[in-house]
Amino acid sequence: MKFVWFNLMPWPDLPDDFRENHRSVWVDIDSKLFDPERANGLYHEYMDQLEFADEMGFDGIGVNEHHQNGYGIMPSPNLIAAALARRTSNAAICVIGNSIALYNPPIRVAEEFAMLDCISGGRLVAGFPVGTPMDTNFGYGQIPALTRDKYDEAHELIIRAWAEDEPFAFDGKYNQLRYVNCWPKPIQRPRPPIYIPGGGSIETWDFCLDHDYNYSYLSFNGHKAGRVLLEGYWERVAERDKDESPGRASFAQIICVADTDAQAEELYAEHILYFFNRCLHVHPGFADPPGYRTVKTIKAGKLGGLRKENQEMFKTLTWKDLVEGGFVIAGSPDTVREQMEQMIKDLRIGTVFGLFHMGDMPDWKTRFSTQLFAEKVMPSLKNIWPELETDDRWWCHPIEDRVRPEFTIESARARAQMESQANSGPEGVI
Amino acid sequence: MPLEVQRLTTRRGIGCDLLTAGDGPDLVFFHGAGGASPDDPLLATLAQTFRVHAPVWPGFGVDETETAIEDMLDFTLHGWDLVDALDLAGPPLIVGHSMGAMIAAEMASVARHDLQQLVLLTPAGMWIDAEPTPDLFAMLPFEMAETLFHDPVMGEKVMTGGLDFDDNDALTAFMVSNSRRLGTAGKILFPIPNRRLSKRIHRIGVPTLVVGGESDGLVPPNYIELWGESIADSSVVMVAEAGHMVHVEQPQAVADAIVAFAT
Repeated sequence: MKFVWFNLMPWPDLPDDFRENHRSVWVDIDSKLFDPERANGLYHEYMDQLEFADEMGFDGIGVNEHHQNGYGIMPSPNLIAAALARRTSNAAICVIGNSIALYNPPIRVAEEFAMLDCISGGRLVAGFPVGTPMDTNFGYGQIPALTRDKYDEAHELIIRAWAEDEPFAFDGKYNQLRYVNCWPKPIQRPRPPIYIPGGGSIETWDFCLDHDYNYSYLSFNGHKAGRVLLEGYWERVAERDKDESPGRASFAQIICVADTDAQAEELYAEHILYFFNRCLHVHPGFADPPGYRTVKTIKAGKLGGLRKENQEMFKTLTWKDLVEGGFVIAGSPDTVREQMEQMIKDLRIGTVFGLFHMGDMPDWKTRFSTQLFAEKVMPSLKNIWPELETDDRWWCHPIEDRVRPEFTIESARARAQMESQANSGPEGVI
Repeated sequence: MPLEVQRLTTRRGIGCDLLTAGDGPDLVFFHGAGGASPDDPLLATLAQTFRVHAPVWPGFGVDETETAIEDMLDFTLHGWDLVDALDLAGPPLIVGHSMGAMIAAEMASVARHDLQQLVLLTPAGMWIDAEPTPDLFAMLPFEMAETLFHDPVMGEKVMTGGLDFDDNDALTAFMVSNSRRLGTAGKILFPIPNRRLSKRIHRIGVPTLVVGGESDGLVPPNYIELWGESIADSSVVMVAEAGHMVHVEQPQAVADAIVAFAT
């Protein structure tokens, strides 16, 4: 069982009247709400937390890509991942992921992911989202009805670029490249493990099964709502005669741990409500442009995510609703452990993307919750799927003798100091 | 009286419904992103003077052919393929509305001698930096009626076609057809409805009538003026008490303008 500590990197200063007096947290969010000097401290705080999660023994630390978004100030997750690769050496670097249809040409993703895999010593877990309409269509101008087609082509190009040993020509509809020659190449060959974030498209299920990729259901609606969708996924797995390894699925869950259930509410409720009330306030017109979803998915009626009903629902949610509805798993270590175990088994997932920092949660609370989880919850859940012990298809394969930058930086400094002392001549002489 | 529905197949093998009625000089009508209806009041009125041929674009009818059309050139050549398939006696009068007008203008720029005259009703396809038009693709249903119609209350009725949205099947069917139609339209209208016609528009050589709606929230009067200025042999008519859906709100006035222009 893998636990990934994920940070969305939200903007914590959305005003109290945000829902009433602003149209959307995404796409056309009021630019004046962003304060670059505040972001200086914030980015470091968020990256420190990710590094702390590595120290706490999480299997992975996770970042993702959003554009023009008040709950995610991380348009380039690769920048953050590169910094994390320099400051950690244990946790997988989970970039979930790069919206590959947005890169022109997408060979850029093959190159940057290869760099991250090399720098991290083979710790990359690579995510390839189609991207939300807010990011992909309204932020980055991609045509809704062609987005999936462009994504498919980008995927084909990246996988080939990693796998092929000779330069090749690629005559795509969206990318014509005479010399594809991915340089550098990833350590993990033919490719790092691939996670596909999805929100309920049938096509995405089949895509994952075609290639044995992990299907990552990333929603904020929690495990109770997620159960229906993942049941559909597992039915599809059975229909396709694929093995039922829990490694095939992962799920994002908001988790808040405290000493007691009452303390969890006291500490975290306001920050979780900040997230649901302000951060998910998206103009419904941005959520579903015609052509983005396939006819097959519309007919299947599995439209999750940011629909108008959900918008209305979020407005009136209380802490009690959030906990009872499974949006949030919160409470004492015992409460959280029990619910996590239930969730992992019900959804049959091999990876949990744990959302510990949410909304405007201060650093100390985030670390408190993280540490309690790492020490008192995670250990007893680690071996929940014995079959995953021998099934290594779904996780990264770091090299054993990789550079451990937290140590090499220190030893390099010490060496430099010794050498400079040895070589220094008489004082005052240059 | 509703138009007759026939079938038409292009030399590329793309089949579609063809709405047809009337007798007289040939008039080819290209519908906009809202789709085509056999009950279209403008087409019925025009059929009193012309032989009206109104083919249905991919994505808008029963034929699931929309994957064949991906960009402006595909639409433009498909438009000419449709005209070819009609096998008319000579170059026709081409009338287009909104997206249909955008395609018709492209067709007239590319094959400038293959039509007799051109009528552009509230045409999409131009962009003025200083006066950006609203984003149809991010609009909620009630906003759409306000943008497209002079009379939004009537507009909303027209747009929903009396559908009961509490009926889940009806809602799904509506969402599927809306997704197909606007998804296809998005290939030339999203995110900005400008596919660089301004580089080719000087090639339009036939007499052209540009019709605008005085209350059009999507292609406002300044845009209509720009169309008039950009096409050498053109005249402009602005219709009162009409929005973007000028052919639905003022079919008689539009038909009168077309008849006066073309005959």
